[in-house]
Amino acid sequence: MKENSSFPLMEAKNIRKVFPGTTALHNVDFKIFKGKVNALVGENGAGKSTLMKIIAGIEKPTSGTLYMYDSKGEAEEVSFNSTRDAVRKGIGIVHQELNLFSNLDVAENIFMNKEINRYGSLYIDHKSQYEKSKEILHKLGQNINPSTIVRDLRLGQQQIVEIAKTMIEDPKILIMDEPTSSLSIQEVQVLFNVISDLKKHGVAVVYISHRLEEIKEIGDYITILRDSKLVDFGEVKQMEMKDIIEKMVGRDPNKFFTGQAHISGKELLRIKNMTLPRYGGGFTFENISFSVKEGEILGIYGLMGAGRTELLESIMGINENATGEIWLEGKRLDNKDTKQRIQHGLVLIPEDRQREGLFTNLSVAMNLTMSSIKRFLKGFHIIKRLEEKHVHEVIDEMGIKVSSPDVSVNALSGGNQQKVVIGKGLLTQPKVLLMDEPTRGIDVGAKSDVFEIMNRMANEKFGVIFVSSELEEIFSMSDRIIVLSKGKITGEFDRSKATEEEIRKVSEIGHGITATA
Amino acid sequence: MAAEVKKNANIGFSLGMLVLKLRTLIAFFAVMIVFAIIAPNFLSIGNLIEMAKHSAIWAILAMGMAYVIIGGGIDLSVGSIAGLCGMLAGGLIVEGLQLPVFGIVIYFHTIMIILIVLLIGVLLGAINGLFITKLSVAPFIATLGMLYMARGFALLRSGGKTFPNLVGNPSLGNTGFPFLGAGYILGLPVIVWLAVIIAVIAAYVSKKTPLGRHVYAVGGNEDAAILSGIRVDRIKMYTYMFSGFTAALVGLILASQLVASHPATGESYELTAIAAVVLGGTSLSGGRGTIGGAIIGALILGVLNDGLVMVGVSSFWQIAIKGMVVVLAVIIDQYQLKKQDEAALREQAVSDINGTAAA
Repeated sequence: MKENSSFPLMEAKNIRKVFPGTTALHNVDFKIFKGKVNALVGENGAGKSTLMKIIAGIEKPTSGTLYMYDSKGEAEEVSFNSTRDAVRKGIGIVHQELNLFSNLDVAENIFMNKEINRYGSLYIDHKSQYEKSKEILHKLGQNINPSTIVRDLRLGQQQIVEIAKTMIEDPKILIMDEPTSSLSIQEVQVLFNVISDLKKHGVAVVYISHRLEEIKEIGDYITILRDSKLVDFGEVKQMEMKDIIEKMVGRDPNKFFTGQAHISGKELLRIKNMTLPRYGGGFTFENISFSVKEGEILGIYGLMGAGRTELLESIMGINENATGEIWLEGKRLDNKDTKQRIQHGLVLIPEDRQREGLFTNLSVAMNLTMSSIKRFLKGFHIIKRLEEKHVHEVIDEMGIKVSSPDVSVNALSGGNQQKVVIGKGLLTQPKVLLMDEPTRGIDVGAKSDVFEIMNRMANEKFGVIFVSSELEEIFSMSDRIIVLSKGKITGEFDRSKATEEEIRKVSEIGHGITATA
Repeated sequence: MAAEVKKNANIGFSLGMLVLKLRTLIAFFAVMIVFAIIAPNFLSIGNLIEMAKHSAIWAILAMGMAYVIIGGGIDLSVGSIAGLCGMLAGGLIVEGLQLPVFGIVIYFHTIMIILIVLLIGVLLGAINGLFITKLSVAPFIATLGMLYMARGFALLRSGGKTFPNLVGNPSLGNTGFPFLGAGYILGLPVIVWLAVIIAVIAAYVSKKTPLGRHVYAVGGNEDAAILSGIRVDRIKMYTYMFSGFTAALVGLILASQLVASHPATGESYELTAIAAVVLGGTSLSGGRGTIGGAIIGALILGVLNDGLVMVGVSSFWQIAIKGMVVVLAVIIDQYQLKKQDEAALREQAVSDINGTAAA
């Protein structure tokens, strides 16, 4: 399988992609080499995922060309109208979010829309699907029964099933978009073994991550994107970690994270012994107790599945089965419903703004005032002028870019939508703001706006609870950090005393391993 | 300001958009004009009032249905509830409330009867709501069940027979029931007045009160509504109770018009109500639509019905034509939605470029 790889297997030249409102890629070049791990790094919103979507045929570039090279190095221009076209050329993608049907079994997922049929499409040959699935999973070093329902698998195993899905196509290029974001260290090692095995078989792996340790460990070539532009390309061996970070961030990272210590006052919110049982036994989280002070940003860090989102939702009264005490300024709230908790001063900015934050059928203005409409009433009549006044204030204050408050919220970019969701929360005049992954999927500019809002909140004596799976974010924004793992608090740190290493270590507790590597 | 941006972007486009947005109203006038030309007596006062009476019944039902559908549900039981309520009213007038245990029969005043029956309609709607919210039955199934239950009870009430001659008995003080369906106030039928009053209230609530907002929120995104502190179950209950109320009112009107109540009254009315709502631009997936649209939808169906009769189109064709109109309306609706999304994105692109300057 050894061969001269002076020319790549695939090359993207001068790729430009314009979305409504933003340019996601400015004339970017990208090379993919056979039998190598081609790492693509950059911050959130740098354009990594967009570039991969173009290579996998999900998006079409606004301009620019894709070339594929045969074994003699002859270039051939290719263009993909759909993922099917890309698959035909041997390109597979493992998405950042799991795209599995959790109600179906492993084999059915692996062979989704590629079923092994007999008699035309009249009959699915489940038996050979199971056998083939088993074979592929074995090749991936996993002992997963193909007839297991995907819902019952651990996240790491689901990630492996995602990879198996692409493997049955025998891909020449396999794109992995942040494959480790939901994995424990142990599961990451399994994945790395799979990757080196793939390399041996001559598969070109495109590995997208912002965890640079991982890139150092398995990467061969590295391409760095920043703010939608190509910054550098080279061999991983010849690059210093420090240089990579600098090129990725492009500015003093301490400046970007506007984190600052805040003067905290009296206690605002106290959570005592919160527990949420899981369906079918066990606990989503158990015996969680903590408090938040005035003017304090409390960071909650944990891997996916640690129970962070569920904890915040339970504090808001969404999960009926949650038990435990919630005290806000001496008033007990756990026997109140969500509406009353909001009235008392709690508000949640949800993780998934499309699913839980926005009313895409309504205008920006109506979205903003949905939680606080009571403030703009005379009897039960909405006073339009008063509502409009506050809407304009919030739009200015939050820097929401919109031509008119009456525009559908659907037409906004991700960052602006997130600001609408935050604005909706702030209009309820909260005392404690719960923010679940507030920077997910928004561009760098909007991100620093969000951080600025958090800082401002803290300076104005609000309490902020900030959940994130981005350790750097947690680290630089929080005054105090608690770490959740498997539904339990496994560590509490003061900002001045914590190290990233320590935090990462306690976030793995309960995963059946201690941090190695 | 949004309108200005669009105007600057493309005047022709914005005119097309306006036509699309007002299409239900335009369709209504088009239907009126066509029939005015081909049916000689179409625009006579008598005929217009007759059509208004027919349409008013559809409009009342459609308004209840619009609330339910905008709130993300569906109510298949309104026809049956109308039938059952008509029977209950008829029974109360003819037989009174019989309490064999005490050996007495109570005859209520007509107004009392109407209020009791309306309350029963609201209660039946509340039962729908409870099935859907507390017991998590899908709206389609819960109200399908109610469709059969209410119809069954309507038939059981009289053993399948009609309560005839609902004029009441002066000595019992329950006369005057026919006035509801056939009476006139200030030159207009009582039914039309009722429809207008309900329309004003329903439109006001949906546009100007938190309850109205919350119905749109629940229909648009239930999870977000919960997190926004909206009592989703309660909002849903209200919509089904309102729908039950409108169904009971229609049941009363129909019994009053016929001066008799028949247990099969109101069959398939739910479908006409849904058709009117959809025709008025309300999305069946919830969160989008207006009371005004539902009323115009009801008017179109009413006028179409009567106009086709007047020009002598067979009733079989009428049914088929109604079906075509509804499907056509949804096709145009989808087209508008697509165009609107495109326009919104375009506008956003423009404002993002000028964004800093404008802000």
